[in-house]
Amino acid sequence: MFSVFFINTWVLIAVPTDHLHVLNKIKTVFSNALFSFRRQMKVKVLSRNPDDYVRETKHDIQRVPRNYDPNLHPFEVSREYTRALNATKLERVFAKPFLASLDGHRDGVNCMAKHTKSLSTLLSGSCDGEVKIWNLTKRECVRTLQAHEGFVRGMVVRFCGTSFFTVGDDKTIKQWKMQAPGYGEEEEPLNTILGKTVFTGLDHHQKEGVFATCGQQVDIWDEQRSSPIRSFTWGVDSFSSVRFNPVETELLASCASDRSIVLYDMRESAPLKKVTYNLYTYDMRYLDQPITVHMDHVSAVLDVDYSPTGKEFVSASFDKTIRIFPKDGGHSREVYHTKRMQHVICIKWSSDNKYILSGSDEMNIRLWKANASEKLGVLAPRERAAVNYNQKLKEKFQHHPQIRRITRHRHLPKTIHHQTKELRVMREARRRKERNVRKHSKPGAVPVVSEKEKHVVTVVK
Amino acid sequence: MAKVSKKQAIKKVKKTKKKSDSAEETLAAVPTVAYDEEEEEEEEDLNGNFSGEEDEEDERRRQKLLEAISSLGGNRRKRLGERSEAAVQMSEFGVSVDGEGRKIQLSELIPKSAPVKTQKQLKTLQASTRTVDSPLSKQETERIQRDLAFQKTAEEVTRWKSLIRQNERAEQLVFPLNQEPSGPRPVDRVALGWMAQTPLEQEVFAVLTANKQPVHDPLLTPEEEASVKAMSLGEAKIRRAELQKARALQSYYEARARRDRKIKSKKYHKVQNKAKRKDLLKQFDHMVQTDPAAALEELKKMEVARMQERMSLKHQNSSKWARSKAIMAKYDQDARNAMQQQLDINKELTQKVVTALNDDQEEEEQEEEVMPECINDAEEADAANPWMRGRLSQDPEDNEKTEDLTVEVENKGGEEEEEEEEEEEGEEEALLRKFDSRRKQRRAEEEEAAAAAAVESAEEEHKDDDEELTEFTNLLRRRQQEEEQTKVETGNPAPLLEEGLMRVRTLEEVEQLGQDPGSEENPVAADPEPALPPTEPPPETRKASKSKKRKRGIELQEVLTKQTKVIAVPLAPTAEDVEDGGAEELDQRGLIQEAFAGDDVVSDFLKDKRKQEEAGRPKVVDLTLPGWGEWGGTGIQPSRKKRRRFRVKPNPPPYRKDKNLPSVIISEQRNSAISLHRVSALPFPFENHAQFESTIRCPLGRTWNSERTVQKVTRPRVVTTLGAIIEPMSREELLKDQTKGDSGEKSNTNPVKEKNTHHKHKAGNKQKQKKK
Repeated sequence: MFSVFFINTWVLIAVPTDHLHVLNKIKTVFSNALFSFRRQMKVKVLSRNPDDYVRETKHDIQRVPRNYDPNLHPFEVSREYTRALNATKLERVFAKPFLASLDGHRDGVNCMAKHTKSLSTLLSGSCDGEVKIWNLTKRECVRTLQAHEGFVRGMVVRFCGTSFFTVGDDKTIKQWKMQAPGYGEEEEPLNTILGKTVFTGLDHHQKEGVFATCGQQVDIWDEQRSSPIRSFTWGVDSFSSVRFNPVETELLASCASDRSIVLYDMRESAPLKKVTYNLYTYDMRYLDQPITVHMDHVSAVLDVDYSPTGKEFVSASFDKTIRIFPKDGGHSREVYHTKRMQHVICIKWSSDNKYILSGSDEMNIRLWKANASEKLGVLAPRERAAVNYNQKLKEKFQHHPQIRRITRHRHLPKTIHHQTKELRVMREARRRKERNVRKHSKPGAVPVVSEKEKHVVTVVK
Repeated sequence: MAKVSKKQAIKKVKKTKKKSDSAEETLAAVPTVAYDEEEEEEEEDLNGNFSGEEDEEDERRRQKLLEAISSLGGNRRKRLGERSEAAVQMSEFGVSVDGEGRKIQLSELIPKSAPVKTQKQLKTLQASTRTVDSPLSKQETERIQRDLAFQKTAEEVTRWKSLIRQNERAEQLVFPLNQEPSGPRPVDRVALGWMAQTPLEQEVFAVLTANKQPVHDPLLTPEEEASVKAMSLGEAKIRRAELQKARALQSYYEARARRDRKIKSKKYHKVQNKAKRKDLLKQFDHMVQTDPAAALEELKKMEVARMQERMSLKHQNSSKWARSKAIMAKYDQDARNAMQQQLDINKELTQKVVTALNDDQEEEEQEEEVMPECINDAEEADAANPWMRGRLSQDPEDNEKTEDLTVEVENKGGEEEEEEEEEEEGEEEALLRKFDSRRKQRRAEEEEAAAAAAVESAEEEHKDDDEELTEFTNLLRRRQQEEEQTKVETGNPAPLLEEGLMRVRTLEEVEQLGQDPGSEENPVAADPEPALPPTEPPPETRKASKSKKRKRGIELQEVLTKQTKVIAVPLAPTAEDVEDGGAEELDQRGLIQEAFAGDDVVSDFLKDKRKQEEAGRPKVVDLTLPGWGEWGGTGIQPSRKKRRRFRVKPNPPPYRKDKNLPSVIISEQRNSAISLHRVSALPFPFENHAQFESTIRCPLGRTWNSERTVQKVTRPRVVTTLGAIIEPMSREELLKDQTKGDSGEKSNTNPVKEKNTHHKHKAGNKQKQKKK
């Protein structure tokens, strides 16, 4: 026999009468279902004053009520650590520094010059005496001129940006107009000065019509005259490069081929001071020992350029890499290389601090980002805030081993990697030997000489 | 020869001058011996290299004597040296030029009017018999010059030190330095500052000013204006009449508008508006007949207006006025009415226009209209909440969504105006209403219902201890009773509700309920036996029966050893329906009971803890070797004595920190997984652990800090702008810094200065060493 029950208005069940306990259970199930349904049906309505959370126009910032009670936000350190770790990983993921390669030279790029007024203009001189002017935004060569016979040794743009100077192996200094010659006009220099010896380097004064060249001696030239207004010599060695101090504009420094650095004051008639494959940063006043020795390159450093902020500098090396050093750090924070880049001869840091330009042996100029993972272009405010926050997080947790490991990891070409290892072994062996010698000699007989002190032979007055 | 001596003499004079201060003091102490000039002269002659030409000598001596005599006489006259020989140059000081062959006396170089001190020095100098050192070599002099120049330059460069240090320490450096304030400059300033600079510009401006061309407001030149003004008399008259008429009309309309505005009667305005609207409608109807295309256009316009109204916040009681009214609405009927009026307007404006053109949509429209009315009714009950007042929605799909809400609202305000809305309510609402009322009835006569439902065995238990029942089971039973009631009637099942049941169910509920949905969907058709095997009741029912037996299943206090922390959140009070308020709480409790039905958390935890304690306790080491020194084999135990001897007793277990904490497990073992992420040694710039830890401890993110703080904390050290050329610093900056530094020097940090001095000192030492 069956009993029929209406459990609900719309549910009907037929059950054998002798299984009443089953029915009981079924009912419970259904009532539960019904109960849950009822529970869902009930709606709690929050009643709040909309003024507290509704913005008046869509241009207003969304108001987010926050409760800063620390009990509500526990584990701040571990949460931030995780964020820092993620930021670090993402930084490595997004590190794509190589932007473009400018090709067109028919010989190795020997020197480059930044335009003083235009960021998008770059000048480069190659080993066959050709000078090219590039438009960096379009990444194309705008103008080509045969400036010298033989190498273009140095070039510099005048502070006003209307003309530039080149020196070459043909013992000439030439001044050129920045503007391309009109149709039908011939490409001719504004001025040509024929010197007695080969010039190897060139730099222009920041504000006046004065420039300096180096070669057998360091000469200071007035733009209006065809003979140097002053020349400095100190010994018989030749000089490889000369630079004006950009801030104390009357001071000059030059590097000589006998591994010495010489300082000059343009106003005086005599050189000031001389000092005799690492980079050394010197304080101009205390030349007894370098402030920092920057080590990481495995081969000779060919060129250096400071960032316009003065916080970092970039170096080009014969070992086919570019490295970026903090100004007071002993080791590089970044190394750039590509498979095709040969010995890097010249390097420039763009004057807006965002790019690095390198010219190398294999006739190409390469454009790099100064900060490998930076997003270039306009950042939304929130994006910028996130970037800043991530940066600070990375700084905060920089000593944590995992984060340090990830930030420091870089891929290096096999050869450089091996050379680094080899150098390390050599250095270690030398140090070990020195230690042993010291151990077996009279105390004080073999003094400890710091790395900095080792590199200065003498300071000549 | 003479040359050399002269040079020496000059040098000596220089030296004495240099040393003057110190030398004077020392010489004062030493008794000085005065010599006659003559004697001195002789001595000098002896010392010096005598030429031997006697004539000349005599001549000179004579002259000397004459001079001495004349000088004795009084003021020594200044006179030009006598040109005795052909010389290139004659000095006005009476000093003959080289090649004259005459020796110069020191006394000649210094005038008699020189201070006594100098004269004294001169004398002492003349007294000394020591020969002077030969001059330095060219290289050495150059070196000295270089050194001096270097020192000067170094000093010059040192001036930058404070500025550099300042920049190094700056929290933020924005490059390029010394930027102009960003953002657009005000136009007037730009315009004022602008001058014609290039020759071309100047030329153009010259031409413009010469022709009296207005520069800033280029409308018409004076000539043009004059030509425009010049009209014929007739034209002018006509023009004047026109203007007069226009002015009169304008004033008439203005006066009328002013009169209209003055009428305060709302009724008047309402009537006016209504009339206008009617007129419009009439026009529209007419247009429909005559020009359907234009009518359609008009309709579209209206539609657009409607859409705009729907989008805007106008008439939606969100204005300032409305907000002020909302505050008053509790107490003031007028305010309430006014707000209602606004809503009516809104409704009216947002209603779709029903015309003959879209007749087919009419029916839908009417159906839709059901919703807003009941919402508006509900608003009156809840006038304080502007959000409740808002139009919920007029769309059919929204209608479904808000259904439950309306039900709720209905429940609340039901008593007051049931009779008006009854016919408008949807079917399901009516049904629910019925349920509700019936439930109330049931509650009143619960005992009776329980007696009627005496068929069930469990029911009998309930009857015995009715007051002790948990609320949960109470509720359940109530449901059952209801079901029994309803089974008598033949209610038609509403598909909507069933859908709702399916829709709202969460995943957990689905899991809990097990195979229910299947049986629910076709309850009649399904054979009861296969669907529900009697041997295995679903967990739900098992639990229910258990709870019935034990009266209470899992005690909340037992499950949660600690009281949960109640966070007082400053929110507006929630408006709940009063009717189900009590039941809600109970439901929550029941839910938790349900959720934790399967797992006995406390005992699990205790077991876990015991296991850990067990693992941490040192074990007994049994070193007995069966068969060693006695018989061995299966079934033969090593002797008791041996066992006692070779059993190593364990040390007492180490103290556990969680021994007296029943609800805590403290493990003191080192976790190697974590150590990967920890800093092993104190990093460089920090001096102690506390310092380092404090930097790590304070969070930077906006989860923990206010927006302002985050911005401040996360400011980057160096900011550069893409595309902005950064020039090297100029000297002006140094000057600026110095002027600034003078005022701020005192507040400057001391360590810097100390460092500086230290550095200089060091450098000085080194230089000394080199000199040696």
